[in-house]
Amino acid sequence: MDVQAVRQDFPILKRSINNSPLIYFDNAATTQKPRQVIDAVSNFYENHNANVHRAVHTLSLEATDLYEKSREKVSKFINAKEPSEVVFVRGTTEAINLVAYSWGLSNLGKGDEVLVSLMEHHSNIVPWEITAKLRGFTIKYANVKADGTLDYDDFESKFAKKTKIACLSHVSNVTGVINDVKRIAKAAHDNGALMLVDGAQSVPHIAVDAQNLDMDFLAFSGHKMLGPTGIGVLYGKKELLEEMPPFQGGGEMIKEVAFSQGKGCSIIWNELPWKFEAGTPNVGGAVGLGEAVKYLQVIGMDNVLSHEKDLTKYAVKRMQECSKVTIHGPSDLSNKCGIIPFSVKDLSSHDVALICDNYGIMIRSGYHCAQPLHQKVLKLNSSDRASFYIYNTREEVDRFVEVLKEIDQL
Amino acid sequence: MPTLEDYIARVEGTCGAEKDVIVVFKFDKKDEAIARIIKKAKLKNTIAGIIYELAFEDKSFRLYASGKAIFRSIMNKEELNKLLSSLLLQD
Repeated sequence: MDVQAVRQDFPILKRSINNSPLIYFDNAATTQKPRQVIDAVSNFYENHNANVHRAVHTLSLEATDLYEKSREKVSKFINAKEPSEVVFVRGTTEAINLVAYSWGLSNLGKGDEVLVSLMEHHSNIVPWEITAKLRGFTIKYANVKADGTLDYDDFESKFAKKTKIACLSHVSNVTGVINDVKRIAKAAHDNGALMLVDGAQSVPHIAVDAQNLDMDFLAFSGHKMLGPTGIGVLYGKKELLEEMPPFQGGGEMIKEVAFSQGKGCSIIWNELPWKFEAGTPNVGGAVGLGEAVKYLQVIGMDNVLSHEKDLTKYAVKRMQECSKVTIHGPSDLSNKCGIIPFSVKDLSSHDVALICDNYGIMIRSGYHCAQPLHQKVLKLNSSDRASFYIYNTREEVDRFVEVLKEIDQL
Repeated sequence: MPTLEDYIARVEGTCGAEKDVIVVFKFDKKDEAIARIIKKAKLKNTIAGIIYELAFEDKSFRLYASGKAIFRSIMNKEELNKLLSSLLLQD
């Protein structure tokens, strides 16, 4: 992979922040957009913008064609059986909420259990906690080891006849640890439960094969994989999506809304995936996501992961030169994506992030929407996080370490 | 008569157990805001003229040349406003 050539595609990387060249290390929060994605979205609004489906005019047909072609691209990218298993949503959060409300409210009740890990992002905890209060089911939390890796024995021991669904991140947004979701999916299926995978941090960084991993649901966001904000995906096995009631009601998700005398209103839901896409969808966003997928495919997902792993290994080694820096997470980097959580002795995470900001380096500070992992497992009030993507370089890591060394002197 | 709104673009609560508050100064007023604060508060430490560790009354805080300040142990908005008014508006 030619990183310098890749960097040329990202206009924002030419920026300076606080009189320093921008170094963007907050890719686990959102990624920057290549010219190809920006142009695809602009081209859509400049030349093809119309509402999708139903209209017969040319623009609508063009918009529909672009929208559905993006679905096909995404479907192939994650190896879904067919495009109808790909539902466009706002992002990972909405995808998980869709499952929790649509599948959860219909299938979970008193005595049932949902199994969730303690390393989850809040978006894979809160929807279940909300629906548990509505339906009275129980949530069991599987432990995470002190180094941030999943306690597989604990997870598997918590399956019971009452377990209806297991929910797990494919990659932790705090530590970058890659979980063996295939193993947990098998355990779930052996116990008659379903498997939901939060792929927000995996689909952008590693080759994800939904069929091979045998996940029932997979949620991910476009903006974390070079696409626009406000577009994401819920993948679901067709037979499950077909049985689920709609999440939201409105236009687009129905085939027919008819009033017949004495019988009131009868509604026939639309086919998949449109049953779950009420209202006008984010067409421009979907087009941008399709272009982002194409961009990643040209690079190759194996190259994406290999680049990130190389950078992570290099960064960890260099960061260890800083006496006040503690790196959290597993010391074995072989099963990790490009995320490095760390703390600096005697400094709050926000101070460290603001000092880095002064030098044009964007890193994240806080809980990273994973308070349970910080408090119950890592025993931290907060942490800093550097997260890499295809356009980051060793030279940027060197500059980052220089700043950390200055912080060392504080 | 200047007001806090003349100097401050945004106030953000931070994420994490510390519950710090970050004050972001307006870009075109940040240098003036920094000068006023440095004049008022007690300078405890400075690093390369870009980070100032300061104390004022019973509060310690850090001020950044990029136009941001991070305050700790602020109980509520009123307390923050009172502190910022003392630092920015009173001679």
